[in-house]
Amino acid sequence: MNAPAAALAVEFVRSPGYWSTVLRRFARDPVAVAAAAVVLGLILMAVFAPWLAPQDPLQGMTLRRLRPPGTEGYPLGTDELGRDMLSRLIYGARISLFMGIVPVFAALLVGATIGIVAGYAGGWTNTVLMRTMDVFFAFPSVLLAVAMAGALGPGILNSILALTLVFVPPIARVAESVTTGVRSRDYVEAAKASGAGAFAIIRKHVLGNVLGPIFVYAMSLIAVCMILASGLSFLGLGVKPPMPDWGLMLNTLRTAIYTQPLLCALPGVMIFITSISFNLMTDGLRSAMDIKA
Amino acid sequence: MTTLLEVRGLVKHFPVKTDLFGRVKSFVSAVDEVDFDLHEGETLGVVGESGCGKSTTARLLMHLIEPTAGTIRFEGRTVGTPELPWKAFRRQVQMVFQDSYASLNPRLTVSESIAFGPMVHGVPRREAEARANALLDRVGLEPSRIAGRFTHELSGGQRQRVNIARALALQPRVLVLDEAVSALDKSVEAQVLNLLLDLKEEFRLTYLFISHDLEVVRFMATRVLVMYLGRVAELGPTEALYTGSRHPYTTALLGSMLSMDPDRRTDAAPISGDPPNPIDPPAGCRFHTRCASAEPACASRVPVLTALGGGHAVACHMSEPGSGHSRAAGRAA
Repeated sequence: MNAPAAALAVEFVRSPGYWSTVLRRFARDPVAVAAAAVVLGLILMAVFAPWLAPQDPLQGMTLRRLRPPGTEGYPLGTDELGRDMLSRLIYGARISLFMGIVPVFAALLVGATIGIVAGYAGGWTNTVLMRTMDVFFAFPSVLLAVAMAGALGPGILNSILALTLVFVPPIARVAESVTTGVRSRDYVEAAKASGAGAFAIIRKHVLGNVLGPIFVYAMSLIAVCMILASGLSFLGLGVKPPMPDWGLMLNTLRTAIYTQPLLCALPGVMIFITSISFNLMTDGLRSAMDIKA
Repeated sequence: MTTLLEVRGLVKHFPVKTDLFGRVKSFVSAVDEVDFDLHEGETLGVVGESGCGKSTTARLLMHLIEPTAGTIRFEGRTVGTPELPWKAFRRQVQMVFQDSYASLNPRLTVSESIAFGPMVHGVPRREAEARANALLDRVGLEPSRIAGRFTHELSGGQRQRVNIARALALQPRVLVLDEAVSALDKSVEAQVLNLLLDLKEEFRLTYLFISHDLEVVRFMATRVLVMYLGRVAELGPTEALYTGSRHPYTTALLGSMLSMDPDRRTDAAPISGDPPNPIDPPAGCRFHTRCASAEPACASRVPVLTALGGGHAVACHMSEPGSGHSRAAGRAA
């Protein structure tokens, strides 16, 4: 009966998990991988801005204002106060990405919680929570963001708050609908039948099945959020000068649109590249997650 | 023979239409005044057409849906009261669902799915996983090959074995099998049925076996409960009921069974038409609209489940003395 330990240690087959399968499928989509590389590049650019930027983004000189791209020493020209455009665009990635990502993640936390609770509880809890969300959802997002930011006053923190509020209802709505779908599945019923409480069921059986779609949806909002944040900055409700932010740079450079059109377009080009990369990456992620067993 | 489970007056109404203030205007009476006992060690088969309330009864029993009325007693203790809270009851009674795929979480491995129940009841993870492996082995699946797999990698038969292992993980005494083998291939079905018989003996289980397959029920059940439109039509020992059914519905249902032997074909008329709309069920005996022996008395009063002796009972005016039906005995004894 005393079998050697080696004989008892049977090799257990463990299948690749869901996320590693998703990652493998994602890696097969060249467009999505390229977009992800651009996003990663932008994030690295933001993190390492002090080392990458050739000049101080805040140091201007009135003698060399509005130089076109290609000028000696200023590869992308200078802005209306004679500051190096390249350095400002590199530093601008910091605030622009921050303003795109942070509100969405804050909204993901709040919205997913509201949506999952509403979806799992159903009944009156669902009605109260989701109709409240609908009230906010009824406003156009730009209007709501501008109204909130306007009411709270300009500043980064206030625009983050305003943008978070804009994105909570749509995320909550997606979270609610996927949770409602999962709640009535037999495996949740089986978990209930095993005597598990709501918290244990949500943690073990609901979250794993709903977080993926909610997360992908939230990722798709990052681009929208960045554009909204740029809009707020453009309107003077977000980032305050002289901080380099792509939206704010569009605003301050707009007066030079007839003299230096190419220069004025540069911050917009950055916003465009960032948002389209986020969108393509999300699309790839969405199709990678759409696994039919 | 001790009574494990007593179900009394179980009613479930599903609202169909509600008015502006959420008050129910019309409802489906899916289960209506169902009474039955489950004896220790038996297999009670529940049969009936789809929509007759078989699955609803199972779900009410597990408290997956809130009953409109009725009580369930387990070993004399009323379930859902401080006498026996639902969580404690669920350690004793577990369920296997029909859809083997939908009843397993696609994001969990087989081992995690089985270990979840015991962990909810405070069993440490390692012990729960060890129990999961032992059960996998017991239901005929090699733990080393299956435990780390996900549901979509298993066949239907393997999945249903996992579901059975999951249900057994809490070491219950009663297993509710809701069409547990109906979705399987015939050959796999036979294997799983034999497995269920073995497990019953080994773990001294009691089964509530719900199925629409009369042959399978005859093979498995010691007693059979026939349901029609949310009510109990007939209840009795399997052979007594299969050979001497007293309710016209049971007779017709059995007549619909295919026989391999031409001499044993029943000549009972098959029932025609669909079951009536359960939103507005017929008054009196719910079967009178399709019954060949229906008389005016059948439409006026609900038949009582009348004992015929030998554990056989039927809810039919023809078997109820003094019911007013011409074929019933004249006066109540």
